[in-house]
Amino acid sequence: MALKTEHMVLNMGPQHPSTHGVLRLELEIEGELVNKVTPHLGYLHRCFEKHAEAMQYNQVVPYTDRLDYLAAIGNNFGYALAVEKLLGIEVPERVEYIRVIMAELQRIASHLVAIGSNGADIGALTPFLYLFRDREHILSIIEETCGARMLYNYIWVGGLSHDIHPDFVRKTKEFCNYFKPTIVELDNLLSYNKIFIERTANIGVLPVDTAINFGSSGPTLRGSGIKFDLRRDDPYSIYDRFDFEIPVGKGLMGTVGDCWDRYYVRIREMEQSLRIIEQAIDHIPEGDVQSAIPKRIKPPKGTVYKRVENPRGELGYFIVSDGTVNPFRVKVRAPSFVNLEVLGELCKGYLVADVIAILGSIDIVLGEVDR
Amino acid sequence: MGLLDKEFSDGNIVIAKVDDLFNWARLSSVWQLGFGLACCAIEMMATSMSHYDFDRFGVIPRNTPRQADAIIISGTVTLKMALRIKRLYEQMPEPKYIISMGSCANCGGPYWEHGYHVLKGIDRVIPVDVYVPGCPPRPEALLEGLLKLQEKIRNESLRKKSA
Amino acid sequence: MKSAEEIFEMLKGEFGDSILVLDNDTPTEPIISVDPLQIHRVSKFLREHPDLQLDSLMCLSGVDDANGNKVTNADGDELIEGGTLSVYYNLHSVSLKHKISLKVSTSRTEPKVESVENIWKSANWHEREAFDLLGIFFLNHPDLRRILMPYDWDEFTTEVSRHPLRKDYKNPEFYQGMKVPY
Repeated sequence: MALKTEHMVLNMGPQHPSTHGVLRLELEIEGELVNKVTPHLGYLHRCFEKHAEAMQYNQVVPYTDRLDYLAAIGNNFGYALAVEKLLGIEVPERVEYIRVIMAELQRIASHLVAIGSNGADIGALTPFLYLFRDREHILSIIEETCGARMLYNYIWVGGLSHDIHPDFVRKTKEFCNYFKPTIVELDNLLSYNKIFIERTANIGVLPVDTAINFGSSGPTLRGSGIKFDLRRDDPYSIYDRFDFEIPVGKGLMGTVGDCWDRYYVRIREMEQSLRIIEQAIDHIPEGDVQSAIPKRIKPPKGTVYKRVENPRGELGYFIVSDGTVNPFRVKVRAPSFVNLEVLGELCKGYLVADVIAILGSIDIVLGEVDR
Repeated sequence: MGLLDKEFSDGNIVIAKVDDLFNWARLSSVWQLGFGLACCAIEMMATSMSHYDFDRFGVIPRNTPRQADAIIISGTVTLKMALRIKRLYEQMPEPKYIISMGSCANCGGPYWEHGYHVLKGIDRVIPVDVYVPGCPPRPEALLEGLLKLQEKIRNESLRKKSA
Repeated sequence: MKSAEEIFEMLKGEFGDSILVLDNDTPTEPIISVDPLQIHRVSKFLREHPDLQLDSLMCLSGVDDANGNKVTNADGDELIEGGTLSVYYNLHSVSLKHKISLKVSTSRTEPKVESVENIWKSANWHEREAFDLLGIFFLNHPDLRRILMPYDWDEFTTEVSRHPLRKDYKNPEFYQGMKVPY
């Protein structure tokens, strides 16, 4: 006799240990199978866009930190590039190099948390401890330069808030040497762990055309096997000078575009970030990092849309200028906001426990989902 | 004033005041509600991870409010979230303690002026025991906040919650 | 890969009057203005034409142009009467690697724009956000609810405090018994 199941609605969040913040999911389930997922957002809506309209261009930078708080440098970077494009200014070589190195360090730090919390959500707590240990190294390198652990306010329009610390180059090289074996350790600890593979392979498969139609980007899109990285496809800053690969999901453990692929893309991306850092670190030219900072930022009338590759995907700033010192409108195209939208498609037909694995593999930060 | 008034020679019997014994037990196992709100939550996570090790103070995250002693409000509280936090607070058993972590939870932080959807301070909704300033506070600052909370618990009495 | 001028000519040839103008004046990127009630047809063409294949909607932003008259109502609140609200679409083709921006403007009193949700799925939440924060109605949208603000925001607010990103927005005094201003 077939077991009779009942249709029910299960509420997950906003206080739930695996929702990566204050996200609320309404799951419609049939027994253990998920029929429909409805995300409810806005529990961290901090009115960034209203603040941006009330501030002057340079005053917006600290608020951009707080969008994707795991990758604050990336947010500063995108905003600075957008305003610089609007103003039409060039920044010195030294600034470009430092920006790229910082952004890549931040990418590693951000992926460490993403990978760690993905594992912790589905029961692998040990790697989480290891990864936070490694993250502290990066935080202390950046802290030495700009004085903050998490929210840096480092990349300003036209320059940087501080020049790098004299010890920066040595410490960064030391970190690169330290971190390479750690990735191997991580692979052995988590990537090829039998239980982890069972929980993530063939789960939450995202086909390429769905991914593009839903506007997914970053590791979520690349996990589906498409080589699309803005650092390569729409190069900004000086990324076209460096040699690096774009890791994509290949379905090594199951289907292309499953949770394991998205997870694995992040690990391989950290290696590529190390490659970029190593190519750049020895070639930082001399110069003044604040020489190009405009005294008064007053761009001409117009609009600009500038996008950068943040750890979570395509971060875009759409800025409307009306010719005054305040931005008329700043809209953030947050990667997590767009990536989260596909969750409903991904979870259909999987078990309730898989929702957590899928959510972890998309890697959202609620600060930028809700802004 | 130590916890133990008298210890007998064989070491099996001690005499202590009930107040002291309870306070000692409470302050050395402050189980917090595993619950993050915003940026500060990442620093809270960093505090509980390997480098800073919150565990050595007896702080363990519990995932349900019914088993938690303390709640760390780690981040910006929005109007939509404030109602949920109030409900979580009401679900916790007495005695319960609140640490407000970061400027946002203290007073609205950088969002105080134009934040149309930000609650300007969690103390408008629930009572707070310890305020930790910073945006975000360093893990050391959060540890200091916890020590302050422990000090507060140490001076409590059964008849009166807070000394 | 096609330039903005070529795309504009193609659209002009296909749709005639509903394509209004190519704005090349902005310092950074050209923008094509489109009739708000024709945007669905135009978008479908842009996505499906083999030479265009604009298959990815990067961003959709609502903007309050604040170009109406400023008036003061009985309560002393400064309001904007008339004028327009705009929606900007930033499109990109993953395979052909070209980009284009579209713009539609609609009246502020009755802001109605056709939804492009069934062309690019990513428009769904962006449109809900524009509805939530600016009060732009997207016709044929399957699920036009508030997304960031609380669902019951309207019950506690007046006309001036419905949509926070409008330039004449004023904070309500209380929401569910909680004071909103500092």
